[in-house]
Amino acid sequence: MERIAFCVLAVLVVASALVVVRHKNPVVAAVALAFNLVGVAGLYMVLHAQFVGLLQVIVYAGAIMVLILFVIMLLNLLEEAEPHPAGTFQRWLAPVAAAAFAVTIGSALWRSNPPAFPPVPEGFGTAASVGRELFTRFYYPFEAISLLLIVAMIGAVLLSKRRLP
Amino acid sequence: MDWLGILISGVKIVVVFSSLMLGVSIMTWVERRVSAVIQFRWGPNRVGPWGLLQPIADGVKFIQKEDIIPTDAYVPFYLAAPMLAFVPAAFAFTVIPFGPDIDIFGRTVKLVILDMDGGVLWGFAATALGVYALVLAGWSSRSKFSLMGGLRSSAQMLSYELPLVLSIVAVVLVSGSLRPTEIVARQAGTIWNWNVFGGGAQLLGFILFTVAGYAETNRLPFDLPEAEGELVSGYHTEYSGMRFATFFMAEYINMMTSSALAITLFLGGWHLGFPVPFTGWPLWILEILAFVVKLAAFQFLYVWVRWTLPRFRYDQLMDLGWKGLLPLSIGNLAFTAILVAFGIVGK
Amino acid sequence: MIDPRFVLLLSALLFALGVVGVLTRRGAITILMCVELMLNAGNLAFITFARSNGGPEAQIYVFFIMTLAAAEAAVGLAIVIALFRLRGTTDVDEINLLKW
Repeated sequence: MERIAFCVLAVLVVASALVVVRHKNPVVAAVALAFNLVGVAGLYMVLHAQFVGLLQVIVYAGAIMVLILFVIMLLNLLEEAEPHPAGTFQRWLAPVAAAAFAVTIGSALWRSNPPAFPPVPEGFGTAASVGRELFTRFYYPFEAISLLLIVAMIGAVLLSKRRLP
Repeated sequence: MDWLGILISGVKIVVVFSSLMLGVSIMTWVERRVSAVIQFRWGPNRVGPWGLLQPIADGVKFIQKEDIIPTDAYVPFYLAAPMLAFVPAAFAFTVIPFGPDIDIFGRTVKLVILDMDGGVLWGFAATALGVYALVLAGWSSRSKFSLMGGLRSSAQMLSYELPLVLSIVAVVLVSGSLRPTEIVARQAGTIWNWNVFGGGAQLLGFILFTVAGYAETNRLPFDLPEAEGELVSGYHTEYSGMRFATFFMAEYINMMTSSALAITLFLGGWHLGFPVPFTGWPLWILEILAFVVKLAAFQFLYVWVRWTLPRFRYDQLMDLGWKGLLPLSIGNLAFTAILVAFGIVGK
Repeated sequence: MIDPRFVLLLSALLFALGVVGVLTRRGAITILMCVELMLNAGNLAFITFARSNGGPEAQIYVFFIMTLAAAEAAVGLAIVIALFRLRGTTDVDEINLLKW
């Protein structure tokens, strides 16, 4: 049963990633990325990490992608123009290089032989287990990342303010 | 394969979904009659006694309208947007417990479709996905009014998600769990034990959640993006006929989902609030009825507020969200945390 | 049951697609979106290892990576907006003042 869900979600994820990478219209690419993120969240839930999966939908698909869509619409980005004629060699080299990269990483991951999935431990993937570790062992990184978020917010506001004459 | 369990889940899904659709059609009638009473006029009274068959007439009208698609519209998104508005709203209702555990032929059936460990988060995630419909509807119509309306609507929804989720976090802090069934179970007992009163001291949280819920569902006083004088109906300007009706239904279902979440988190879910001398089937039916009555009261409140208060201007709306509700919800969270730490409320 | 190696292969494939996108696309925002794709691929690998080793640590790493991606998207988009105001386009082939 899990295998069927995994296969369906994997097809959805790869198909939407292909649309993101290839489609000329940025709004269509953004919506395809949103589908991709929801599909990956589904994969997390198939792997029994429910809390992280729900967070992925709320944060990534629900906030970050909407922000990206906003900016695309505000800047009124039209479809991408035809690629620069001088860059044709690079455009053909990129998929080849990425394929070689994928083969390298894929074979390394395959050979690393991760242990087969054990039966789900008690309380795995729940908010309680993640939260407990987050506020005890990972307390300093947690504070650091909240500081990072504040800095990012201030930076984003300052960078996009309009200069009044 | 637990065939009986699957069948019971299927029955629950059918029951909940058809009740939602029935609620939507009743809401169209309620909206028009209550607004008529408030505005001192008659309202629909031609179609059936007290105009009760008006929803049927509306449905027939919508179905037989011409299906117009603007020439310049981006057709895949234009067609998908009403469905995208409708589905997440209905999805969020799957985690809401609408009754106690009932005993049918020796088998305990929980009256909730999906008893997830992160149920509250699921309800919120489904609401968060509803933003896409607005943005896509506004953009794909290729009309200036639609685009502005879509952008404003989604900015408003995103801004008000923050006070919404922070008041939810305060309730989760008090209840010690993200599971809606557990949150409801902790509010058993008398009416004083509900989260909004003594059981969780969440009166401020409740007010914040309700106000943010009004903004989330684009209802007055926060409905500038769909106001006719300002934006010619905003993101659904270019929609007509059945697609417009789908947006309409999606809005009503969003209202019901938001109210149901508020009832589950703050008002004790399906609990009666006063002891009754009998148990078994009569009590269970009474408790399901209590949930429906609370939901109906919330819907009435939505309609009442709509026709009483004037509309917020867009910058006033954003100011209220970011400078008013957000600090208040953070304060509410801090105050609740102090209460929980000293053991005054909650676990 | 699912073989963890297949999930890891899927993650590698997504990462490679993200790399192709970053190298090939012309709009600055679409490049940012392909970077998000790569981050997601990494997250997926983390969750797979979390599932096979059974602890919450890897899920916390995913949590941090998600937060980081949010901050990075915000600042990156602010930069793109400022760039658009300056040059009138987000096409990365046109933004070549520093080219020698």
